[in-house]
Amino acid sequence: MARGIHIKDDSSLFSRIERLDWFYIGLICMLASIGLICLYSAAHGSFYPWAIRHFIRFSLGFTVMIIIALIPVRIWFRLSWPAYAGGLLLLIAVEVMGHIGMGAQRWINLGFINLQPSEVMKVATIMVLARYYHMASPEYIKQWQSLIAPALIVAAPTILVLFQPDLGTALMLIMAAAGVVFIAGAPLWWFGLAIGTALAAMPVGWHFIHDYQKQRILTFLNPEADPLGAGYHIMQSKIALGSGGLSGKGFLEGTQSRLNFLPEKQTDFIFTLWVEEWGMLGGAALLLICAALLFIGIRIALQSKIAFSRYMALGLSINFSLYVFINIAMVMGLIPVVGVPLPLISYGGTAMLTSMIAFGLILSCQTSKSRHMNRL
Amino acid sequence: MNDYLASSGDNQKEFTRRAFLIGAAQGLGLLMLGGRLGWLQIAEGQRYQMMSDKNRIDVKMMPPSRGLIFDRSGNKLAENHKNYRVLITPEQAADPQQALLMLQELVGLSEREIEKALELVRKLAKFSSVEIKDQLSWEDLAKIEVHLPDLPGISIDVGEIRYYPLKESGAHIVGYVGAPTQEDIESNNIYTLPGFKVGKTGIENSQNKSLVGKVGFSHYEVNVQGREIQEIEHQQPLKGESTYLTIDEPLQRFTQERLSSEQSASAVIMDAYSGEIYAMASHPSFDPNLFVRGMSAETWENLLEMRGHPLINKTIAGQYPPASTFKMITGLAALKAGIINAQTHVHCSGSYDYNRQRFHCWKNSGHGSLDLDQALAQSCDTFFYKIATEVGIDRISQTARDFGLGEKFNFGLSGELSGLVPDKNWKMGHFGQSWRPGDTIVSSIGQGSFLATPLQLAVMTARMINGGMAVIPSILRASSAQSPQWQPLEFSRQHLALIKQGMDHVITHPKGTANKSAIPENRYQMGGKTGTAQVRRITASQRAQGVLNQNLPWEDRHHALFVGYAPLRKPRYVCSVVVEHGVGGSAAAAPIARDLMYKTQKIAPATRQITADKGA
Repeated sequence: MARGIHIKDDSSLFSRIERLDWFYIGLICMLASIGLICLYSAAHGSFYPWAIRHFIRFSLGFTVMIIIALIPVRIWFRLSWPAYAGGLLLLIAVEVMGHIGMGAQRWINLGFINLQPSEVMKVATIMVLARYYHMASPEYIKQWQSLIAPALIVAAPTILVLFQPDLGTALMLIMAAAGVVFIAGAPLWWFGLAIGTALAAMPVGWHFIHDYQKQRILTFLNPEADPLGAGYHIMQSKIALGSGGLSGKGFLEGTQSRLNFLPEKQTDFIFTLWVEEWGMLGGAALLLICAALLFIGIRIALQSKIAFSRYMALGLSINFSLYVFINIAMVMGLIPVVGVPLPLISYGGTAMLTSMIAFGLILSCQTSKSRHMNRL
Repeated sequence: MNDYLASSGDNQKEFTRRAFLIGAAQGLGLLMLGGRLGWLQIAEGQRYQMMSDKNRIDVKMMPPSRGLIFDRSGNKLAENHKNYRVLITPEQAADPQQALLMLQELVGLSEREIEKALELVRKLAKFSSVEIKDQLSWEDLAKIEVHLPDLPGISIDVGEIRYYPLKESGAHIVGYVGAPTQEDIESNNIYTLPGFKVGKTGIENSQNKSLVGKVGFSHYEVNVQGREIQEIEHQQPLKGESTYLTIDEPLQRFTQERLSSEQSASAVIMDAYSGEIYAMASHPSFDPNLFVRGMSAETWENLLEMRGHPLINKTIAGQYPPASTFKMITGLAALKAGIINAQTHVHCSGSYDYNRQRFHCWKNSGHGSLDLDQALAQSCDTFFYKIATEVGIDRISQTARDFGLGEKFNFGLSGELSGLVPDKNWKMGHFGQSWRPGDTIVSSIGQGSFLATPLQLAVMTARMINGGMAVIPSILRASSAQSPQWQPLEFSRQHLALIKQGMDHVITHPKGTANKSAIPENRYQMGGKTGTAQVRRITASQRAQGVLNQNLPWEDRHHALFVGYAPLRKPRYVCSVVVEHGVGGSAAAAPIARDLMYKTQKIAPATRQITADKGA
């Protein structure tokens, strides 16, 4: 059955601009500024090499976000499948290139950016799932058959990502997708069953993961056992965090990061750098900004009259929160080390771009306040 | 066509509920992160702060300069010379091996030196410097200095190395420094400094604590590779305290020089009133600089095997029968006990029979009838044999102890031996035999079991001629200027004067045993006592054949001893001389004592006291 759809949107461009949630955008800018400050400090008080590029990327990303925000959500509704298909193709391309080139490769060099298709894929998967549940009736959603399509939608990129191999991203993809299924109204007991099965499958899964992944998990369980080996990073990260104290060591004064005791300080461990220098107060401020972003994300979803918008906005918001939780919990030693950046703060092109696209899409939902939604 | 609205009321409600659950989960998650942050930063912040500091701060120790050692008038006995070393810093050298080869062309490094440096270069971090060679000569230093621009990564650095300007003359007093032992390293972390030395012998050893000084600290901030980023705190090392000795450098040199005419000898020159040691020499000696700068295995073996124990300070660690120098003790004991007086005469026929045992006087023909004064001057054995049995060993030994025999003075040099003052208990304890009168007879002339060090003999002499004050020797100059008050011994001045008279006559009387060693200039005249210590018993056949002692193998010859004082009137200086296997006290030891006493009075070290050190 041809299922064309019209989401009627009576907003003019001007009214959209007027409607833009500038507070939300302000919070986004604040996060990016924190990233800028951290990267400036990570380079020992220099804009080079990271802060300046972070700023340029954010500026580009900001433009992209505003453009996306001003495009009616029905366009994004239509572009869901093409985006998904494109992402999948890129993932396959990476896989093929990885086989030709050397070892695991997760990105494609597009000249101006090293694009990680797996990041883009998370957004596209959420879009497609939102679209799918937009189309599905509440009754159908309660039937198990409704899970077949989402399972396939998630499985395709997940399997490709696992081949890279990138367990962290694969798990995040599944969790974000599960989030959409959850908010779409799937019966709660499904999730209970899923979590139970996952826990039961863990010992079996242990045999299938790579040695370095096993090592990470073991290290996570007891980082002090091997402070100079694999546990070194997490130990140093905890020292940096803890030594920050209430008010931190001061801007550019973070000794752990300045003296390179902190690993990956400009990317995955940037939160550590931030709280080492700005302390509990800085860390709390960052968490509050994230809380506000998440709160507004939910509000936008709740205020949206279109199912697609609700699912997409909340789904992307959940995705954002997963990044924040996993990254910060990781640097605090609460979960094993996985390569997950802190959105808008960590140095990295794809993460910045996809984050800004996601925020743009959420804003697009916010600006598209259609009264009617007709299905043909 | 299904006609349901995606935005139906039920669905909307369900979504709101689910969105609320999501929001709650997110809020909870953030709270948990915040809580964990608070736990790490507030509750455990202090602990992590310490760990962070431990991470970033490295402590570098800086060696203090070792304190100098001066003689009584400010001459240096131990000083620090600059030690120029050439280093290589791998990260500054494009090719360390090439740099080393270029250096080799300049100053001729051995293959081993190059290999050693390269091995360290491989082992250590790229930015840490490696010593290639130390103790560079001026010539080599200049060559490297000139070529430094062509030698990337090569640098010159200056440290300190101990130098002993007296060389052989001061070796036994000043001692030397050497590499610390494991025990030293555990006791004080200063010894973990590369090349830091510890005093091994002599004053270097006994005064090591104050000479060492205090280590300096530099607290550096280091990065994760250990490279120094910046200095946080700096604490200068504190130079070790200088030590001032009572030694008189010119007299010390002279004494050492004078002894070198013998194969093995030692001498002490001391102030009879202050107890200050002006010179203390043991021959043969060694150059302590060899121990600091390194010596060949051959040299070392030679030092170990050489006749006369060059490594041992015989003035404090050489124990000899005091022989006839002991006769004053026996005489004093008899005087004090009232057994003899100045008029008591004894007839010497050349031997003395006691309990069917014959004790020989050194003079076979006998001395005839003589009193204490003559007995001392002519060193008659029979006189003392005769009185000894009446005095008894207890009183003799007690007198010997009163005069410092058998005593360790712990005056600042390690390795001091106590000698031996035997008595009844000692013999019982050692041999399980009771003391016999014959033992007392032999002891009366300082033979038998009595042992004394040259230092003890000097102290004994000092106590006899200073009016019976229990002076104690010293080698470290006291900080206070006033001379110490000594314990008076319980001997009458009359008796002491009587003994001194006999000792005067040893030199001045024509029949005195050391009359030939009289000092020509009368105002510098000395008194004293000769002694000839048997090393081997003289067998009956030897005595019958009249075998001359100097014809025996060196090891079997008698030790020659002399204790002396000068000037004759109101003596100030005392000395003791022991010539190992020198055959006879009057022939071998007395002439040395004469020269030493004459020189001492010429130099007059008692007047050579300075308050400010000219060298420091």
